[in-house]
Amino acid sequence: MSEPFKILVVDDEVDLEPLMLQRMRRQIRAGTYEFVFAHNGLEALERLREERDIDMVLSDINMPLMDGLTLLQQIPKVDPNLRAVIVSAYGDMENIRTAMNRGAFDFVTKPLDFDDLKLTIERTLKHMAEWRDALMSRDKLVALQNELNVASNIQQSILPTRFPEGPDFQVFGSMEPARSVGGDFYDVYRLEDGNIGLAIADVSDKGVPASLFMMSARTLLKGSSIGRIEPGAVLQEVNNLLNEDNDASMFVTVLYGVFAPDTGRFTYASGGHNSPLVVHADGSTELLPLTDGVALGLMPDLTYLENTVTLAPGDTVVLYTDGVTEAMDSEDNEFGDERLLAIFGGKPPTGGRSANDAVFAAVSEFAGETPQSDDITCLALHRSAPAE
Amino acid sequence: MGFTTEREGTTMIAMTEGRIDGANAREFQDSLEAAIDPSDQAVILDLENLAYISSAGLRVILLAAKTLRKQDATLSVCSLSDPIRQVFEISGFDKIIPIHDSKADAVKAAGS
Repeated sequence: MSEPFKILVVDDEVDLEPLMLQRMRRQIRAGTYEFVFAHNGLEALERLREERDIDMVLSDINMPLMDGLTLLQQIPKVDPNLRAVIVSAYGDMENIRTAMNRGAFDFVTKPLDFDDLKLTIERTLKHMAEWRDALMSRDKLVALQNELNVASNIQQSILPTRFPEGPDFQVFGSMEPARSVGGDFYDVYRLEDGNIGLAIADVSDKGVPASLFMMSARTLLKGSSIGRIEPGAVLQEVNNLLNEDNDASMFVTVLYGVFAPDTGRFTYASGGHNSPLVVHADGSTELLPLTDGVALGLMPDLTYLENTVTLAPGDTVVLYTDGVTEAMDSEDNEFGDERLLAIFGGKPPTGGRSANDAVFAAVSEFAGETPQSDDITCLALHRSAPAE
Repeated sequence: MGFTTEREGTTMIAMTEGRIDGANAREFQDSLEAAIDPSDQAVILDLENLAYISSAGLRVILLAAKTLRKQDATLSVCSLSDPIRQVFEISGFDKIIPIHDSKADAVKAAGS
């Protein structure tokens, strides 16, 4: 059996230690995780120096002697490849943003939801494993193909595997990666007041540097989304942050929207991304208007306009990347907007998943044996019709 | 991908053909960088015969625009087919790279 993953938990609340051990008892017993504890940043650094096999850090922000934000700055001096997840008070955007800017991999909010925490830990450790592979292959200077495999694994490791759902909506997303890796990703999360944030994105390049850019885009998007319901303001902030340190001139196109399940309102902003498709309950379809935003990372200080539509019960909004519309058949025809609009052919989807499946089935049928040159990604949200 | 160049004074005009995607973006970048002279005042990319450009290709154009800005030179594109124009519009590149309908217009705007 492999060694358990060792997680350093840093919090000045003494109650957390027994609680964590109790809630994670199954993982501990199964030998999956092992926990070590520290009560402030200084103690945490000592632990990290003593125990070199720690795999990740889970840290509170407010602590005596050395707080979590300072700890984040110090961790790379001990081990530049260690990942940290920050625990913050709900809606404490300023600290979350600072933490993300200082290299936190992700964050969870208090009061702790242990199911969410488990998923976050799982994802962080998975990412960590991929990252170590990436470093190893870089050290060995292996062939490009191998680097692409690593990049592809990093890409897969950031995609959510569980989707929020409610009595009145369902979400489903998936990605079919191209052989020569593209840079698509998507994310879905609950915001305050029951709102749902949905993001789909396409990074301009491939390989390990691009997947790192993708990582920071995804983290910054999530960080900026929490505590805000204006998609335009979110894209504006992420764009400025991505421009701060972008010598490689990478960029990412993003469509970010916020769905309010109680009213059906869907407000979105585009950063150089394709327009969302709406499939109405009667089977008719439309592409929503573009909001004219520029791809993120190109230039700072841009503003992003928003547009709002109301999804009626039975309506579905489908976000997708250009891997869908630019899929080619054997005669070099593109799939295109017309075919996208025709996918549902009067048969509206009954859920997020069926919408997603229909898009992939249509693209696959169109492309036939033609090799896929770009990632194909789709994220669909269905507003349920009221129960009979 | 095809790549040829010509000059009018201090303006360099590069014609591209075929597809620029993740597989040959690097080749496009190398060709373009090699073709740009430090004394160039303007670079025009004539995209009339370009069938497809992916975001990796757009990134090369962005890199070139940034490099040229450092030498106080400009980059513009011209003669975009509808699908290529659509890519520029959706990605917002039309707001940061000047687009001209024809090569003549681009040369005139470059002022050489």
